[in-house]
Amino acid sequence: MSEYTFNDPWWLIILKVLAIFVGLVLMTLFTIWWERRVVSRMQNRIGPNRVGPFGLLQSLMDGFKLGLKEEIIPKTAHLAVYWIAPVISATMAFLAFAVIPFGPMVSIFGVETPLQLTDFPVSVLYVLAIASIGVYGIVLAGWSSGSTYPLLGGLRSSAQMISYELAMSMSFVAVFLYAGTMSTSGIVAAQEPIWYAVILLPSLLIYATAMVGETNRAPFDLPEAEGELVGGFHTEYSSLKFALFFLAEYINMVTVSALATTLFLGGWIAPWPLSLWDGANVGWWPLLWWFVKVQLFIFAFIWLRGTLPRLRYDQFMRFGWKVLIPASLLWIVIVAAARVVRNEFSVTTQELLLLGGGLLVVIIVGSWVLQVRSERRERAQVEAAKAEMDKPFDPYAGGYPVPPLPGQEFTYTSRRAKAAVVEGTATRTATAVLPGESADAPVPSTSDPEEGTHA
Amino acid sequence: MSTDNMSAEDVAYESAIDDDAYADSYDTSEGRVFTLSGGDWDTVTPPSEGEKERIVVNMGPQHPSTHGVLRLILELEGETVTETRCGIGYLHTGIEKNMEYRTWTQGVTFVTRMDYLSPFFNETAYCLGVEKLLGVTDEITDRASTIRVMMMELNRISSHLVALATGGMELGALTAMIFGFRERELILDIFEMVTGLRMNSAYVRPGGVAQDITDDQVARIRETLPLLKKRLKDTSDLLVDNAIWMGRTVGIGYLDLSSCMALGITGPILRSTGLPHDLRKSQPYCGYENYEFEVQTTDTCDVYGRFLIRVGEMHESIKIVEQALDRLRPGPVMIEDKKIGWPARLSIGSDGQGNSPEHVKEIMSESMEALIHHFKLVTEGFRVPPGQVYSAIESPRGELGAHVVSTGGTRPYRVHFRDASFNNLQSTAAMCDGSMVSDVIAAVASIDPVMGGVDR
Amino acid sequence: MDAYAPILVLGLLAAGFAVFSVTLTTFTGPKRYNRAKVDAYECGIEPTPQPMGGGRFPVKYYLTAMMFIIFDIEIVFLYPWAVAFDQLPLFVFLAMMLFLFNLTVPYVYEWRRGGLDWD
Repeated sequence: MSEYTFNDPWWLIILKVLAIFVGLVLMTLFTIWWERRVVSRMQNRIGPNRVGPFGLLQSLMDGFKLGLKEEIIPKTAHLAVYWIAPVISATMAFLAFAVIPFGPMVSIFGVETPLQLTDFPVSVLYVLAIASIGVYGIVLAGWSSGSTYPLLGGLRSSAQMISYELAMSMSFVAVFLYAGTMSTSGIVAAQEPIWYAVILLPSLLIYATAMVGETNRAPFDLPEAEGELVGGFHTEYSSLKFALFFLAEYINMVTVSALATTLFLGGWIAPWPLSLWDGANVGWWPLLWWFVKVQLFIFAFIWLRGTLPRLRYDQFMRFGWKVLIPASLLWIVIVAAARVVRNEFSVTTQELLLLGGGLLVVIIVGSWVLQVRSERRERAQVEAAKAEMDKPFDPYAGGYPVPPLPGQEFTYTSRRAKAAVVEGTATRTATAVLPGESADAPVPSTSDPEEGTHA
Repeated sequence: MSTDNMSAEDVAYESAIDDDAYADSYDTSEGRVFTLSGGDWDTVTPPSEGEKERIVVNMGPQHPSTHGVLRLILELEGETVTETRCGIGYLHTGIEKNMEYRTWTQGVTFVTRMDYLSPFFNETAYCLGVEKLLGVTDEITDRASTIRVMMMELNRISSHLVALATGGMELGALTAMIFGFRERELILDIFEMVTGLRMNSAYVRPGGVAQDITDDQVARIRETLPLLKKRLKDTSDLLVDNAIWMGRTVGIGYLDLSSCMALGITGPILRSTGLPHDLRKSQPYCGYENYEFEVQTTDTCDVYGRFLIRVGEMHESIKIVEQALDRLRPGPVMIEDKKIGWPARLSIGSDGQGNSPEHVKEIMSESMEALIHHFKLVTEGFRVPPGQVYSAIESPRGELGAHVVSTGGTRPYRVHFRDASFNNLQSTAAMCDGSMVSDVIAAVASIDPVMGGVDR
Repeated sequence: MDAYAPILVLGLLAAGFAVFSVTLTTFTGPKRYNRAKVDAYECGIEPTPQPMGGGRFPVKYYLTAMMFIIFDIEIVFLYPWAVAFDQLPLFVFLAMMLFLFNLTVPYVYEWRRGGLDWD
């Protein structure tokens, strides 16, 4: 494991810090513009194209405009918390980027240094810790506004972010197993032979899903679901305070994309056809590969937003707790077991692959069996519905007279005959109707024989 | 009465202004501001001590997904809605009252602004009513009826497109929204070409339609239809089998047939229960009995079913428009009776607007009787025999009925509309109670209320 | 500690920028008082009176937080185990599997009891 030692002179540290800071702000401005342009393309629009070349300065101008806007603070706000929340959000967004490696050793003004601000043995843990603190910004913003919509948005996002952080953290375990380190530069170096995206694909998939939830982006943008909660946690924020939340959201997008690049796409290591060229992985070129990979993820974010509707909150939480977490736990066990088998029992990779193939067959057969069973259940439901349709049409079944549907036939019974029947079998009708109602549909009211006779 | 007493009254009056229960006032740097509110929250829902987990929240009137200015008062327990009430009246414009002070023809200009997404339906419902009162229903020319049908069906498509677009946006599908509005633009272009206006065109008049449609325009409409068909497929492909969309809509906003009947629900909500109720079939007007189309139904009673019905109805509407174009035969588009077909001899001059020089010449310099006739008809309007009728048509949202009452004068005594949005909104509570906040949005989107029609 | 110094510098810069932005608008933006403007937003309606901080939160959020803590601790144990995996004997692997199993049992229990369903 090649871990760099960080003993940069102070001026270099300041230079790197400035570069990261300015780079992140520029990246945010660029990403906002890029997102608007791409989504516009997907929607047959043009997007911002007025300010600067191709409208590139649009986001900058929006920032300036926000700075000149009136600051409206609701009178119900808890002032100190209300002020501190955007600061926490933005600061933590910047901080998480400190351990992301952009490139190998380069020489800056004669000093050999890695293209990375800093690194230590628990770098990834540090990113997770900072991301957790970032949640505070959102929760406090929602809570301190003293208003219903932000409160609901804040609660939603706290539950959402911690739930998805679990799945996200679990997806890292397999990477650590293979890399044997938690240092980001170490993980990149360990991917020199092969990217973890290839050998640990399920981890990547789990992480990629969780990162969308973690950054509150569509289709998981429930905390700020404008269709329901108006603006979510930042409804009551205006001017630059709002801009800080916006900045934080986009920086977080860049950060999770960069983390995904680092852990699964080999960080700054050149992709295959380029890696044949000797100069691909030295000097400043890797910075470009890194940037392209990060942009790939960001493009995926934008694509998702342009395509998918939003999930409902319970569906979203169910997905996190009942799909992502068990899946990642299972995957951890599989990876660990495979590694143990290889380490302890000196099994060759070939045999291991064979084993994996067998496992795959088992999974496929199992899912097929499940599929058949669920299909059978569905068919039974359809049959039940059909049987329901075959029953003689009772216009009063729902509690209010209805006309016959196509296929049903209304047979006229005189009121007197009907009254006689109802009186004799009042209890039977009442119980006979109930099981017919489908279980998950709300039952308006059970059949009331009395009402039937009056109508 | 002493001066002291007077001043005391003044003081009381002043303080009454300050303490107005309905118009709270306060001073700002920009002047005095009155806040009108529909009631005091303290008296409506006192913050109860025992049940602090309940939150009462207003969704609307200024909310991104309440279709304009619908106000939903929700009682929440966490994410669950325990009680829903809707508040309407934020877009009340006094259209029905205003019509009592205008001639029968001018009424069209008002009704077209009620349900602003389906102006041609409002106009047609009203005009059918007036024509029935006049007893001229059979004298409406074929060409006029066919144009009415064509415009209404195009309007149905544009209205359903907005329903899908806004519904999609409210559930987070941004591209569906843009696509919906993009396709609607095609139809609005047709409206502009035919009537001169994109919305609120006051095109359908008692006795026929305002102006004829040219062969060029027919050709343009024919060109647009295939493009529309193709793009409708794009839009529906985005959502029809989308797992997330289905998760958000299947089984949501459940309202079965008996509830629909009890609440007087019509339109796609009623058809989503499986009942093929469509006034175009069950009580045809404007010659709908001569067109071939199918009534779209599903039996799911939910938001997804209504969505599918709207998609299906758009395709059916295209079919009807195609048939209408084929049925167009040359002929007059206004009734023979010169007293109803107001203004009597309107024609476009060589400059593309206004009355024809021949007509102006006739009424200004040749025939005094023609001038008087024109003047009386335009300023006073025609008389409608006393009586009352109810004429109903199938609007995109359901049964749109006009109850037109005349006392024999040149103005309506009363025109009341049974707007489908208004009746359908009743189902909000039945659909939403006990569901989640997000489901309320989906359910209201599936009702597709247009507040202009609800409040009138 | 050298590795952590740059984080401090970055943190100071970021926090400084954030605080600067937050205070800047107080000076750059216009100020036009209007009572309706400083009311809490509730869709244009006078806000419903509410207890401070929105009253008590639904217990569901609390449950989620508890579940989070349990699993987070699990992850904290998993990380060092994963990093040092290749140097550890077979026993540690089995011990960890036992640990995971022990956590899965209550997880499955909670699942079956509907603790993971939002409604």
